Amino acid sequence: MIEVEHLTKKYGDLVAVRDLSFKVAKGKIWGLLGPNAAGKTTTMRVLTGYLPATEGKATVAGFDVFAQPNEAKKVIGYLPEVVPLYPEMTVSDYLSFVAALKQVPAAKRKPALDRAIQVSGLASVKNRLIKNISRGYKQRVGIAQSLIHNPDVLILDEPTIGLDPAQIIEIREMIKGLRGEHTIILSTHILAEVTQTCDGVVIINEGRLMASGSLEELTASFREKDRVILRLRRGHEDALSALKNLPGVEKVSRHDGEMTVEWNPGKDLRESVSRLVVEKDWGLLEMRTAAMNIEDLYLRVVSGGGEQ
Amino acid sequence: MKNIWNIAKKEIKTYFTSPIAYVIIAVFLVLVGFFFSSALSWFNSQAIQMAQNPYYAQQMNINQMVYTPLFHNMSIILLLMLPLLTMRLFSEEKKTGTDELLFTSPVSVGQIILGKYLAALVVLVAMLALTGLLSVFSFAFGNPEFPQILNGYLGLLLMGAAFIAAGVFFSSLTENQIVSAILTFGALLLFWILNWAAYSASGMWKDVLNYLSIFQHFDDMTRGILDTKDVVYYASFAFFGLFLTHSVIQSRRWR
Repeated sequence: MIEVEHLTKKYGDLVAVRDLSFKVAKGKIWGLLGPNAAGKTTTMRVLTGYLPATEGKATVAGFDVFAQPNEAKKVIGYLPEVVPLYPEMTVSDYLSFVAALKQVPAAKRKPALDRAIQVSGLASVKNRLIKNISRGYKQRVGIAQSLIHNPDVLILDEPTIGLDPAQIIEIREMIKGLRGEHTIILSTHILAEVTQTCDGVVIINEGRLMASGSLEELTASFREKDRVILRLRRGHEDALSALKNLPGVEKVSRHDGEMTVEWNPGKDLRESVSRLVVEKDWGLLEMRTAAMNIEDLYLRVVSGGGEQ
Repeated sequence: MKNIWNIAKKEIKTYFTSPIAYVIIAVFLVLVGFFFSSALSWFNSQAIQMAQNPYYAQQMNINQMVYTPLFHNMSIILLLMLPLLTMRLFSEEKKTGTDELLFTSPVSVGQIILGKYLAALVVLVAMLALTGLLSVFSFAFGNPEFPQILNGYLGLLLMGAAFIAAGVFFSSLTENQIVSAILTFGALLLFWILNWAAYSASGMWKDVLNYLSIFQHFDDMTRGILDTKDVVYYASFAFFGLFLTHSVIQSRRWR
């Protein structure tokens, strides 16, 4: 649905995006992750046709955003980082204007407006002036305007920025509800948002692609060691040496009453570890695998984990 | 065309849902009303004096004595006020980030510019049309020449349309509305007084400066002379302003 090939964007001498390539499949939600000034907003601006690229190609729903800008713009809904609102308009006037701007035929404007208002939960404020509604509602109006023409692709730049925790959860749920019908790219700083809403991620840093893929693929490929964490009632000293001697185990460490057993990926030692613990009767209270979380993944990738 | 109208409609709505249009129209009408009534009372007092002498009484001409100076005054008020009408057109969009909505919509830059231009033009037409009410009095109690008045209004409209194009251009250059208004006013004033420089110039320069002067073309029109040369001047002025706006916006996005 979205294909970016060797995209480069320069502002004078400054290279904001460098040879970026990734793909997003239809109906999926992908997160665009990266530190500040990584090139997330620039990438989105190029995809939406706000900025032309210096080099490379981007295709959205089969339309080349540079060669067929109008066709591409018709199938893209975009929520910029700063929500583009006219404070002196009412919510419904504003959405009607955007519908006209996005070339929704006059006869379909009313149903499109009703749908956007309903999906974004704006019914209670639709007749109020935008300048008088709360920040959370303004963000929803921003999302509603991106949805008004029922686009195939949604590009959301930091959709939950500046919202309180309850509003963040609401917006996140709303975005999740759009999965399947729309293909979505969202940029964010909040790593938890990615695990909770996205099917995959594109991680960029200093304009370069650092990693892209589904979360499972990425955690699998960036994982250096497999680990289990054990909590035992007794025999910690014995366990430390016995586990170390278990074939394949690389390292055993003890911290805060928990023992971490590590081995190289490729084999599964969980069964032999559990058998040993039960045989020795060390009083097994808990045994869990330590999965790589998004924070570990992000830090590893951004601190120079290389391209995957 | 539909896209242009959609943008124009929104801009017109913005002008009339905020105090901008009302304040500009009201102040314009008060000032024009003041100039009109002063000119008319002076004309009346002159007429009473001249009534004793039939020869002089025949020389009294309301078009020349009331309307020509009134049109000149109106043109100066437009020079001062139109930059304030146009200053927000692009500056505000850029400052608040709403330009991102416009430029990522399936409408061309040209359509956006024309939509905004058209909206300001509508306000100008409203300003001028409302001053037409003043003429009701002169037609009720006197017999001014209608074509000459119409010609003066056409001159104001054409000149205003050129001013607005300049305003749209300067508004596209900066996100600061005050800077936009000052630049527009400065540039228009410069074009206005170019004919002063023509007094001391000679040969081809004299003709060029006279041709470029906004005032020179307007002066003819207030005297009832409709010359295609003047119409072409204002139309090209407006076209050039809008063309430059298009170039500025495009070049900024490609930079």
